[in-house]
Amino acid sequence: MILSDQDFTALFVTLKLASISTIILLILGTPLAWWLARSQWRFKYVVEAIIALPLILPPTVLGFYLLISLGPNGPLGSLLKMLGAAPLPFTFIGLVIGSVFYSMPFVVQPLQTAFSGIGQRPLEVAATLGASRLDRFVTIVLPMARPGFITASVLGFAHTLGEFGVVLMIGGNIPGTTQVVSIAIYDHVEALEYSQAHGLAGTLLILSFTLLMIVYGANRRYAVGHP
Amino acid sequence: MSIDVRFNIQRGDFNLVINTVIPNKGVTAIFGPSGSGKTTLLRAISGLEQCEDGYLKVGETVWQDNCWFVPTYKRKIAYVFQEPSLFSHLNVQNNINYGMTRAKCRNSVDKLQYTIELLQISHLLERMPWQLSGGEQQRVAIARALAADPTMLLLDEPLAALGDEQKAAILPFLESVYKTLAIPVLYVSHSREEVACLADHLLLLDHGRVHAAGTVQDIFTDIDLPLAHQTGAESIIEATVAGYDTSFGLVQLKFSGGTFSVASASLPAHSNVRIQVLARDVSITLERQKNTSILNIIAVTIDRIEPEKNAQMILRLIAGNTVLLSRISCKSAYDLDLKKGDKVYAQIKSASLLI
Repeated sequence: MILSDQDFTALFVTLKLASISTIILLILGTPLAWWLARSQWRFKYVVEAIIALPLILPPTVLGFYLLISLGPNGPLGSLLKMLGAAPLPFTFIGLVIGSVFYSMPFVVQPLQTAFSGIGQRPLEVAATLGASRLDRFVTIVLPMARPGFITASVLGFAHTLGEFGVVLMIGGNIPGTTQVVSIAIYDHVEALEYSQAHGLAGTLLILSFTLLMIVYGANRRYAVGHP
Repeated sequence: MSIDVRFNIQRGDFNLVINTVIPNKGVTAIFGPSGSGKTTLLRAISGLEQCEDGYLKVGETVWQDNCWFVPTYKRKIAYVFQEPSLFSHLNVQNNINYGMTRAKCRNSVDKLQYTIELLQISHLLERMPWQLSGGEQQRVAIARALAADPTMLLLDEPLAALGDEQKAAILPFLESVYKTLAIPVLYVSHSREEVACLADHLLLLDHGRVHAAGTVQDIFTDIDLPLAHQTGAESIIEATVAGYDTSFGLVQLKFSGGTFSVASASLPAHSNVRIQVLARDVSITLERQKNTSILNIIAVTIDRIEPEKNAQMILRLIAGNTVLLSRISCKSAYDLDLKKGDKVYAQIKSASLLI
């Protein structure tokens, strides 16, 4: 096998980062997207613009600001220091925070679109049939927005899988802790270890492709027959 | 028992001011042109449309006042929307179960079975909503509403989105649903045919105000209201089947003020029927005619005479407790010298009576 132990570790860190980030993104993104889809607040567009920022901002810019604010002298960093917590830059948790910011639009936007698409009517019907607010969300919104959740999860996971700039800025390149596949491949190429770079890149390619096939296949089976 | 309704709702330019009492039984039609506030009123009663300035009391229960608002899901209502609005991710059976499982007192299996059979949807239970026609979807939506065991049924033009054929197919279902229900039904409509067939009471809305309220019979024949002046102006008569003339296939329909003979052998004895008599089908004679093909001649008193456009007059006629409308030409009224209080005869061809 051409993959070294360190490569496997990088792969493991990457998958762990992507999974944890996706779960956190779904937990944070769902209420946020719901609020964006339903709110009549006139300054809603400001929030939408902030969430969409990572779409156009170079990842290094986002990573730089996160590094500054999470660092021991930054606003968040000094707050954490006051609370007695360890500084976050160059840790796995710091990486997760960076990923969540970076991938937020890829999760919030499909969810917002899905929620808006449901419209008011099914919820009104459910209300007249005796379903409370939470009941309506669980039994009507979640199943009807299912394709949106699948897209959001795939995009959030895939986007975290491929990130480079934010990770490098905020996580550094510590094997076993913050070294992810994309950076490991870069290291291999820099060191002219092309066969190892091939192994890692190929593994990531096959993994991503398989994942996407499974998800879209499942989604297609669900949607079959719909007009 | 009644439903006290007081709302003041401002939506942009539109202002709905309602202060009325709706009977807590029978079918009340909320009737009026588009944009008169019918749907808004129904939504306010359901709690879907919230307004700060409102009061709603159903029987002994206050649903809304200045400091109290029962959310929609706690009001035991059923609402049928203009378009079928089935949950697209659930099949027909689960759509029907949705409200039923959430209703506090469980509907008996028999009653549900009865509803499913009444609406003829038992063969559709396993299907998904998109596999149904518009009419089938609306029937399922009605069944779903009824299965939730509501204390009030609200319908917002449930037939409006359907074609004439489907409408004609569902109308009898609705009629039988209403007849078997002991709960009040509020029915939004802008179709006078539907109202004439289905409603007991009428709430006439215009530009966000209650124009008139009363029984269908009274409102349809009130000369001061627009309905009596429309082309299809008609009176509605509640009658009972009193006898049969089997040799000619006629049924005797008895009502306060007279009897009609109608060619319809299928009506069961002693059943109640509703007869619609169009004003243009009622003619006037000063003496009871003999040697005429017209079977139905009723002695009436002229209550009012009002001129119409197109050189016509509308006459309001009284026979017992029954009111008839008659539309005749100005010339006829002049030639016969008709005046208020005159005792005359109203003639109606039996073929023009709608049952």
